[in-house]
Amino acid sequence: MIQSIILSGVAIGCIYALIGITYNVMFSASRVFSFTAGTLGMMGGVLGSLFIIQYGLPVVVGFVLVLVAGAVFGIVTEIVAVRPVLRSIEQHLYVLSTLAVALMVQQFTAIEWGTDARPFPRLLDLARGDFDQQYWLPMLACVVAIVGLELLYRRTLIGHAFLAIAEDAYAARALGLPERRLRMASFALAGAVGALAGFAGGELLLAFFGTAPMLTFYGFIPVALGGMGNNRGAVAAGLLLGIFQQAANFLVGGIFASVAVFAVFIIVLLVRPEGLAGAALQRRV
Amino acid sequence: MASPAAQLAPTRASVLGSTSAWGAALPFLALLAVGLAFPLFGGGYWGTIATRACVYWVLVAGLNLVVGFAGQIAIGWVALLTLGAYTTSVLVAGNVTPAFPPYLALAIAAAAGALFGLIIGLPALRLRTFYFAITTLGFATIVTQIALAWGSVTGGGVGVAGPVFPPPFDSQWGFYYFCFGLAAICTWMTANIASSRFGRALTAIRDAEVAAEACGIAKPGLLVAVFLFSGAVAGVAGGLFATLQTYITPDAFTLDLSVLFFIAILIGGRGSILGPLLGTMLLTVLPEFAAPLVAWSTFLYAVLLLVIVLAIPGGIAEILDFKNRRPLETHRAIVPRPELLEQLTGAKPRTGALTLKEVALSFGGVRAIDGLDLAIHPGQVHGLIGPNGSGKTTTLNVISGYYAQQRGTVRVNDSPLPLHAHHRRAHMRIARTFQTPRIVGAASVLENVMIGGTIDGTGTFAESLLSLPRHRRDEAKLRETAMLALATVGLERLAAVRADRLQHSELRFTEIARALMLRPAFLLLDEPAAGLSADEITRLGALIVAIARTGTGVLLVEHHADLIFDICHHVTVLNLGKMLAAGTPAEIRSHREVVNAYLGG
Repeated sequence: MIQSIILSGVAIGCIYALIGITYNVMFSASRVFSFTAGTLGMMGGVLGSLFIIQYGLPVVVGFVLVLVAGAVFGIVTEIVAVRPVLRSIEQHLYVLSTLAVALMVQQFTAIEWGTDARPFPRLLDLARGDFDQQYWLPMLACVVAIVGLELLYRRTLIGHAFLAIAEDAYAARALGLPERRLRMASFALAGAVGALAGFAGGELLLAFFGTAPMLTFYGFIPVALGGMGNNRGAVAAGLLLGIFQQAANFLVGGIFASVAVFAVFIIVLLVRPEGLAGAALQRRV
Repeated sequence: MASPAAQLAPTRASVLGSTSAWGAALPFLALLAVGLAFPLFGGGYWGTIATRACVYWVLVAGLNLVVGFAGQIAIGWVALLTLGAYTTSVLVAGNVTPAFPPYLALAIAAAAGALFGLIIGLPALRLRTFYFAITTLGFATIVTQIALAWGSVTGGGVGVAGPVFPPPFDSQWGFYYFCFGLAAICTWMTANIASSRFGRALTAIRDAEVAAEACGIAKPGLLVAVFLFSGAVAGVAGGLFATLQTYITPDAFTLDLSVLFFIAILIGGRGSILGPLLGTMLLTVLPEFAAPLVAWSTFLYAVLLLVIVLAIPGGIAEILDFKNRRPLETHRAIVPRPELLEQLTGAKPRTGALTLKEVALSFGGVRAIDGLDLAIHPGQVHGLIGPNGSGKTTTLNVISGYYAQQRGTVRVNDSPLPLHAHHRRAHMRIARTFQTPRIVGAASVLENVMIGGTIDGTGTFAESLLSLPRHRRDEAKLRETAMLALATVGLERLAAVRADRLQHSELRFTEIARALMLRPAFLLLDEPAAGLSADEITRLGALIVAIARTGTGVLLVEHHADLIFDICHHVTVLNLGKMLAAGTPAEIRSHREVVNAYLGG
């Protein structure tokens, strides 16, 4: 019993962590939290099912197409909802513009794909039973994403450029870094990570339009608790969240588990608005 | 000479107040007439639509104060509609408790709504925009889940019958008039708040939070009142909604509804009552004209949201704001009338000096101020000069409580000022202006100045809601004082103009007028002459001298050396956070190090 709680908890937690990383990658480049993070996860599931079950494409081709679609959607989000807002005076309007884009995609999916959850293909058929692939695929995806991002940020030139933008966009621009193109690139990267989360977690979450708001909310918790822009914090907080949620699910039932998660989230944020791992920001007058 | 001019200003203010009030009320009266006469020409189906618009507006009117005025992005307000609907239905149905009469159930729904409005709203006091938006979203999801799962009370997926109100409100038109009446009352109440010091304080928190705090506006108390009110009317709207639907299931309360409420406000325009009212009517009616598109309605709302955010952030209200499209005079001179100061600030109680002793503050490794001694005496102008980064503004921020010094003391009259309590400084009559003017651009110049007098109001939020005598007295007094303050700084002709249409120099004088509303014992001016023309600087100097002469102690942070040496009684020179020199202007001007470091040979 404990084993299955931990297993499913870690798997779900990895999906949350990946969505949290999606938030972070976008945030680092733009100082914008985008409501489209969960939408990307939903797209990963729905498009995976569409490509592989409905169109009958090979798993690998479907996988690559899903990642590409996520990246393209990331770029579109940046162009439509983020760039114009960053140019305006009231920058916090990004909350509304990204919400609008997320709702558009969600509603479009509800109408064209339907409001029922549809099955997601079994990608490989390696391990069944307790250690089913539906559990370890999200874990694998999370490990790959985190290692890949670490390598990207530490070893490559473009990764250093990302870090520079995240650290101080103004100084980075002064050094001649193409801020706008880097921002687009990180939205594309975030799009791919978000779609990966939905694809890897497809068997757990199914191809369902309602996954979007759920992931948008639960995927933000790792960001809020782990500290903005802190990927390692997001993974730790995501795993904690997943295990806590599954345990609460098992112990007190689904509804009260949601309430418990929500209550803990609010209380932690009220006590430490900067997150468990973040440092307090000095306010500027 | 002073008295006729002084009498003129308030009269003009009251004339201006009453004409614009009637002009503003006209569209509402027209809507009231149409609404009352509606059953005469509306068919049965349109009656349902009209009732629905009224029910939605009861909720949106309250939410408008949260979103449109306070600028809090509360997306999941449908949760409170759900709560109100189930509370009323379950209590009236009597499947859990003995059956309640509908009116009592509605009142309980209002109370429950107020309580949960507060619970949802509280995080807004600590959390930034996106965090708050997402917590309200999470709350909405959870409430629907509970409604679905708590079958023994809510009927689960099967649902529960909505309450039926006793005659005469049981017929279609009877119920319509009931909802219409409540909608009208909500409009009136929120309009009262909008035109009160609370409404102005909310917009100040939204657009110029730091300035709001400097005016003594306490965000927590204000937001708590707004969330209670907004939650209560949302609970009532929920009860009405249940009756309108006759039967409710969790499906009726999708996030789409929340989006509709939210967008109605944005389409209408933030900080307006009429705009969101029209927006609500528009969004309720729109799907009826586009029947084949009903499935796409939320998609279209989302498109609309994006278009509004990107193209017309001001919404309908801005389009309807004809008054502010009239061109302003081009060559406007600011001619302050310092002689009005006596009347404006009156006789002030004498206080002792404001003294800083060995104050030090570092940010990380940088010593922003390092052992500063300074005394601001009532009736004197104290100049604070120094190169950029020498700690002038930091000193000002320590005095006004935004930064807490790590060492040393700041005292007024020998009692130390509390650390961190920046919103308490206004109550100690310490007023300030900012290096970059912090103004509510969407409000009129007069309203901006009235914000400065917020703490002098005596009426409560509830009194303003119902426009009771104390509220009306407060408003009349504030308006009169603000008009006088504007006349004093020479801007009374621009009183009715939107503040974001002013020139930079006018904004600086507006800030001084706002600060004067506090009848300050100490006035901290952060580079008031920056961006002003030579003439304006001369007039500013005369005004500052006159302010000091009324007994106010002025701290003047400035780069214009001429202004400093002309009007200051005492000057302190900072360099790299340390005091380089202090003395009379004549001493400073001949101080060798100061000349080398700052003034130049």
